[in-house]
Amino acid sequence: MKTLLQINDLRVRFYTEAGVVNAVNGISYKLEPGETLGVVGESGCGKSVHALSILRLIQVPPGKIETGEIWFNGVDLLKLTEGEMRKIRGAEIAMVFQDPMTSLNPVFTVGHQINEALTLHQGMTYKDARKKSEDLLTLVGIPAAKQRLGDFPHQFSGGMRQRVMLAMAISCNPKLLIADEPTTALDVTIQAQIVDLVKDLQNELGITIIWISHDLGVIAELATYVNVMYAGYIVERGSVNDVLKHPKHPYTIGLLGSLPRLNEAPGTTLISIPGIPPDLLKIPQGCPFAIRCNRQLDQCYAKIPSLTSTENDMHTVACWNWDHID
Amino acid sequence: MTSENTPLIRVCNLRKYFPGSHSGIFPHRANVVKAVDNVNFTINKGETLGLVGESGCGKTTVGRMLLYLDKPTSGNVFFADVNINEVSSSELRKLRRRMQMIFQDPYASLNPRMTVGSIIATPLEVHKIAQGKEKYERVQELINMVGLNTEFITRYPHEFSGGQRQRIGIARAIALNPDFIVCDEPVSSLDVSIQAQIVNLLEELQNKLRLTYLFIAHDLSMVRHISDRVAVMYLGKIVELADKNGIFVNPLHPYTQALISAVPIPDPDLARTRKRIILKGEIPNPSNPPIGCNFNTRCPITTENCFSTEPKFIELEPSHWVACHRITKH
Repeated sequence: MKTLLQINDLRVRFYTEAGVVNAVNGISYKLEPGETLGVVGESGCGKSVHALSILRLIQVPPGKIETGEIWFNGVDLLKLTEGEMRKIRGAEIAMVFQDPMTSLNPVFTVGHQINEALTLHQGMTYKDARKKSEDLLTLVGIPAAKQRLGDFPHQFSGGMRQRVMLAMAISCNPKLLIADEPTTALDVTIQAQIVDLVKDLQNELGITIIWISHDLGVIAELATYVNVMYAGYIVERGSVNDVLKHPKHPYTIGLLGSLPRLNEAPGTTLISIPGIPPDLLKIPQGCPFAIRCNRQLDQCYAKIPSLTSTENDMHTVACWNWDHID
Repeated sequence: MTSENTPLIRVCNLRKYFPGSHSGIFPHRANVVKAVDNVNFTINKGETLGLVGESGCGKTTVGRMLLYLDKPTSGNVFFADVNINEVSSSELRKLRRRMQMIFQDPYASLNPRMTVGSIIATPLEVHKIAQGKEKYERVQELINMVGLNTEFITRYPHEFSGGQRQRIGIARAIALNPDFIVCDEPVSSLDVSIQAQIVNLLEELQNKLRLTYLFIAHDLSMVRHISDRVAVMYLGKIVELADKNGIFVNPLHPYTQALISAVPIPDPDLARTRKRIILKGEIPNPSNPPIGCNFNTRCPITTENCFSTEPKFIELEPSHWVACHRITKH
């Protein structure tokens, strides 16, 4: 099968009054059709910025995509004109955001907002679009879909709004769905409903997904591959099993160790990572994780490690000392 | 843990009703929101009681009423056998020395115009505990206790990250050597790697200072980690209360069971094989709760009874309380 998305050496910076923010610092990866890629990392690690760059939604200025290629279905998105890009957004690549209240327009009905994409991208008549919108709302599990099309976003609860966002996102049968922390604002029982719904949609529609989250638990349920990001770099990448069960990068290990488990033994102390993530205005020379790392070498402060294969070619890690045994 | 089984906090039939929204056109028709409705529990000296529930279930309101930051509509809170709803304001002020709060949002809970030193010193000044050099030394001691550098005393909150700010909030809370701290979602706004640092700090301080915590959170794994006993709230009521194993190993109430099974586990094998209970629907509007058991709109095991009478909160097994018609003694 043809690779759906290939990112080569993507670098994104923001030129702000305080200085240059190095948000994404040369990331590369491939995504095959039907896969679900989980992108994990803490706030400010560049996971959202990288996703927005794929859709070219970075505000310029202050943002700027410095270098890189984003090949989607054989086309480099960074070389397209704004008009060509607009045909891809929503139609071929759709996005679901974290906060469903701010990403829906409060002054239009939900039906109107779903119709808009259908009439615009698929050239449907109003009547057809209305019918399709109703089907979509039913598909994402909204009861009494026909009546609810006439409702405004504030008449829906948080979980329902996120279902509306999903309906809108899948309305034009996109090849790629980017979900940026879509369940973070939701309660745990509602989060479980949405995760379940996404799994169903994936089975039914075979859609390729990039799922951005800081919650390793949600990633474990949905993803086939995982990219772990830190300070604008991908520090570890592999299948969900490799990364979550056999993590190699000290940051991934630290992240997993700092999570309390539902099945942990009594009296367990959480293994926290000392320190805080680096300031993106002045990322230190060498490995960005070195000062928080418990296995650093001299060379960690001199040179940035690049992603290299571990025992397994599909599991790569950016660490000079990944095979170190404590 | 150091629970001595003597209650420090006793809560009896606590209720808080908020008048309905006044922003509408017909304010008089608005329904009363029963944020907390007949809640009973105790917290023993030295223990951590976890209080979990989804947003809007009333857990923060309970925490605020324990410190009399919100006045209960009815019911009583006893702190070391003193009814804090009945004491005079000067006595309440004295009691307040012994009870403190750590807030969720470390950005909103620190005054941006005050230096870190003066933030931490404020409780010492308000309660006239220390002055001058003594005060300065106490602030230094506190700042070291929470793992910060004494150089930070002259800086302002905006210069710090979320985790560091939360440490400042903790230093302020322990400044008066309290017995009891309400921790209201102290880590939920922090990044994962920082959460563990703060939780470890809270545990360390508890051991060192023999603190009693009410730990309010929606993250069940975190609550399991830190608590001795756990209370589960749903729509203003406690539906289950037991020690941590009772809740997590042998949950009785269908809501508790669903809540636990909804927690994502960062283990791909377990995540794919374990059986999950996915609740239908959403939390009902608290101004118009269902009649009978308020969980009946989402419960997978309802009977007729559940739609007519409210279940009583009973001690079904020793120290394991639950409010459900369908769960009976074995």
